[in-house]
Amino acid sequence: MSLKLVNISKIFKDPDHANKEVIAVKDVNLEINEGEMVSFLGPSGCGKTTTLRIVSGFENPTTGEVWLGDKMINDLPPNKRDTAMVFQSYAIFPHLSVGQNIAFGLELKGFKADIVKKEVEEIMSIMNLTELYNRSPDQLSGGQQQRVALARSIINKPSVLLFDEPLSNLDAKLRDLMRFEIRRIQQSFGITSIYVTHDQAEAMIVSDRIVVMNEGHIMQVGTPFEIYSHPVNKFVADFIGRVNFINGIVEETNEDASYKVGIGGKSKLITSSISPFSVGDKVLTVIRPESLSVSTGEQDSTAIFHGIVEKAVYLGPTVEYDIKIEGRENISAVTHNPVVEGVFKPGDRVNIDFNPAAAHLLGA
Amino acid sequence: MDETWGRRSLRQLKQIANDPLLLIVILVILASLILFILYPLVKVITTSFLPEGKFSFSVFKEVFSSWYLRRAFFNSIMMGTLTALFGVGVGFIFAFTLARTDIPFKKFFHLIAIIPIISPPFIGALSIIMLFGNNGFISDHLLHLQNIKIYGFKGLLFAQIVTFFPVAYITLRGVLDSISPTLEDAALDLGGTRFKVFRRVTLPLAVPGIASAMLILFVETLADFGNPLILAGSQFPILSVQAYLQITGMYDLPKGSALALILLVPSISIFFLQKYLVSKKKYVTITGKPTSSTLKLVSPMVKWILFAVCLFFSLTIILIYASILWGSLVKVWGSNNTLTFYHFKYVFSVGFGAVKDTLIIAGISTPIAGVLGMVIAFLVVRKEFPLKHFMEVSSMLSFAVPGTVIGIGYILAFNSHPLLLTGTLLILLLNFIFRYVPVGIQSGVAILRQVDPSIEEAAIDLGADARSTFRRVTLPLMVPAFFSGLIYSFVRAMTAISAVIFLVSSNWNLMTVQIMSQVESGRLGAAAAFSVILVLIILAAIIIIRSILTLKYGRFGGTTLKF
Ligand SMILES: Nc1ncnc2c1ncn2[C@@H]1O[C@H](COP(=O)(O)OP(=O)(O)OP(=O)(O)O)[C@@H](O)[C@H]1O
Ligand SMILES: [Mg+2]
Repeated sequence: MSLKLVNISKIFKDPDHANKEVIAVKDVNLEINEGEMVSFLGPSGCGKTTTLRIVSGFENPTTGEVWLGDKMINDLPPNKRDTAMVFQSYAIFPHLSVGQNIAFGLELKGFKADIVKKEVEEIMSIMNLTELYNRSPDQLSGGQQQRVALARSIINKPSVLLFDEPLSNLDAKLRDLMRFEIRRIQQSFGITSIYVTHDQAEAMIVSDRIVVMNEGHIMQVGTPFEIYSHPVNKFVADFIGRVNFINGIVEETNEDASYKVGIGGKSKLITSSISPFSVGDKVLTVIRPESLSVSTGEQDSTAIFHGIVEKAVYLGPTVEYDIKIEGRENISAVTHNPVVEGVFKPGDRVNIDFNPAAAHLLGA
Repeated sequence: MDETWGRRSLRQLKQIANDPLLLIVILVILASLILFILYPLVKVITTSFLPEGKFSFSVFKEVFSSWYLRRAFFNSIMMGTLTALFGVGVGFIFAFTLARTDIPFKKFFHLIAIIPIISPPFIGALSIIMLFGNNGFISDHLLHLQNIKIYGFKGLLFAQIVTFFPVAYITLRGVLDSISPTLEDAALDLGGTRFKVFRRVTLPLAVPGIASAMLILFVETLADFGNPLILAGSQFPILSVQAYLQITGMYDLPKGSALALILLVPSISIFFLQKYLVSKKKYVTITGKPTSSTLKLVSPMVKWILFAVCLFFSLTIILIYASILWGSLVKVWGSNNTLTFYHFKYVFSVGFGAVKDTLIIAGISTPIAGVLGMVIAFLVVRKEFPLKHFMEVSSMLSFAVPGTVIGIGYILAFNSHPLLLTGTLLILLLNFIFRYVPVGIQSGVAILRQVDPSIEEAAIDLGADARSTFRRVTLPLMVPAFFSGLIYSFVRAMTAISAVIFLVSSNWNLMTVQIMSQVESGRLGAAAAFSVILVLIILAAIIIIRSILTLKYGRFGGTTLKF
């Protein structure tokens, strides 16, 4: 089922000071399509968990409406909502075996024991848990607990699945594995899902669309590609991956919304931008480190910048540079073919340039 | 501030009003806490300050002008202080030796140190009389001493140390076990000598625990009634005994209340000081992986010295229990050593009523206290409502109030209509329930604080309503805490004396009170037989509860039972 958030705000009152308020979520509007997986991405305290808890019914929004399909569910208590939450701590019932944990929801609904058993066994085999039926939760590894929590939610065939940083307690390797696992299961069941994380790589891997949040507001909603290559503001550009902001001035505007931008005495024709600019406007050119080309040799007069390598980090497949430019902020660049392009040392003079197709303009 | 408090209470009230059951439970609990914990204390205060219906200090003036009662106050404080010092000293040696050395027979020492906790607190006094008294086995038979002065200061101090050092041991063992030995290893590695490491690392880390154990021992000794009643004698007056004598001997209620109040003030202040210290505790050793103690902190010589000290105290405790057992089996202690079941027969014919009453009263009151404790713990940890803090503090109060004070409060509060309860079963039950409710609260709160609230949310999320969440998730999680609380309060109920000695009647009598009166009338054999039966009942109860738990749960669900 589709899920719609309309003008959701949540204001917490400080229990000891009535006049102190925390605005946790502000004016959130969002529509999530049936079967879609959307992740909420943002720094700590930006309101991700709160939004999730509003959807699941554990918090009441101060204003706004939650719609599931064509029903407004604001007044449904959490146990009557067709949403299922996968908790960060997994929240596996410690006094019940794995099988009993997974059966919990169905038993509450009053299904017959044999039906419950069949369903539990089915879901456990899908999730590679079959051997663990009689185990007690304290004998499970982190990844297994994670799968049990997921199975316990999915068996109820919820309309919406909610994940609150489900992988943050796992080690890096298991996290990589479980991301794909979660995505696989979500897609095979086609359940509309929200996935909260503050790991951008994770958001990119698991989601159809990413919602970037900051201080309770939604900054941008888009596919991972859109978010990364066409961020709508400095916060989003900066939050997702590494980035250079290069100051420039609009020299020419074109009908097709492309702009000729003057940067350091050179001009570039940039086609991607967020808003109409006029000639003379100050703009920020957003350019990712990997979109920059770095070369040495003679001073190349066509290159946009000349600089001196301050720091070089050799990582095998890539080399990361911190390059000092006269009169500007340092620029970070990444090269991807060190064997052919060479590895520059601190102190080396380099030429820097970029393909304007990779750049994106924001207002300064 | 006030206005916001009011508004908050209103909001909380509105929320609770949605759940009438919850509202009723909260109201009933609050009302009974006020009636059965606070009201008796208020009665003690009003009786001592309003002797003729008007406020006056006259009773207190009278008390403090009496040389004898001043002496009692001083003696009580001194006894508390000395027991705290020596008891914690012995307790620390036990704890340190068992936690940090590889001496043999550790299990045995641990068991020995636990035993006094599960037996009536005056067993120490009883056996001291049997061993060192006028016809004492050691004083008379072994050493042929006459007039060894066992009544009074020395005898009582010895009895109190033996009775209370196990409490210090348990507290300090927990403290030392939680200090990671890797810290000591690290200090040794940095070149500290063993003694320096002990002094600069181990001891400072244990200091908050030591201080807290001392305060606990001080309060418990101050409140203790059984040992002083048997051992103090008239030369060495003790406050709790004097309060009792004023009431039961002189029928002087105001003076008895005043003495009770004088006893109450230091107890309560120290109790809250201790709570405060524990809450301030800032030494937490964080260890990622469990570290096995490497036991390098003591040299072989020190190790054997510690071993000898532990052995000495363990043998003393064994001697105490052996003498009780022996005393229950011989015809006349000290003069006729023929083995006989006479005393047991006596107990089962004359004293059987007391055995039955004790079992009934402890058996009814402790489960009720346990359930009530769990409910209060649940409310305090998981719900928001006005007067929540009041509920928490007042229900914990009976931990701090000496039994003597509670007993006096109960006879003052419940001796007239419409609350005429003196002489009934009910007054004994109520007294036990509200005395031991904090035990359940403590273990319940501890376990609920460990349980992630999202576990309950997960149940709700899966479709459970409030009631089935409580029944299917919260309650099962609290079961181990409930049973460990149950064992503890059962033991306390079986061995209690200080409050109930005011409340027993010819209809309802208790074994502990019987033991006291047997001692008073010089029938040491019967007292010993009663004590043996009492300890056996307690052991049986512990074994039964534990085996039920083990059968049902296979393990204790993560909580460690103390016994
Ligand atoms: N029950 C509450 N009472 C008061 N303030 C709250 C409450 N819950 C959350 N907040 C506040 O609301 C804001 C948003 O919190 P939220 O938990 O939604 O953040 P988050 O994005 O999930 O952060 P994280 O990534 O750290 O989990 C924070 O400032 C938080 O302190
Ligand atoms: Mg969060």
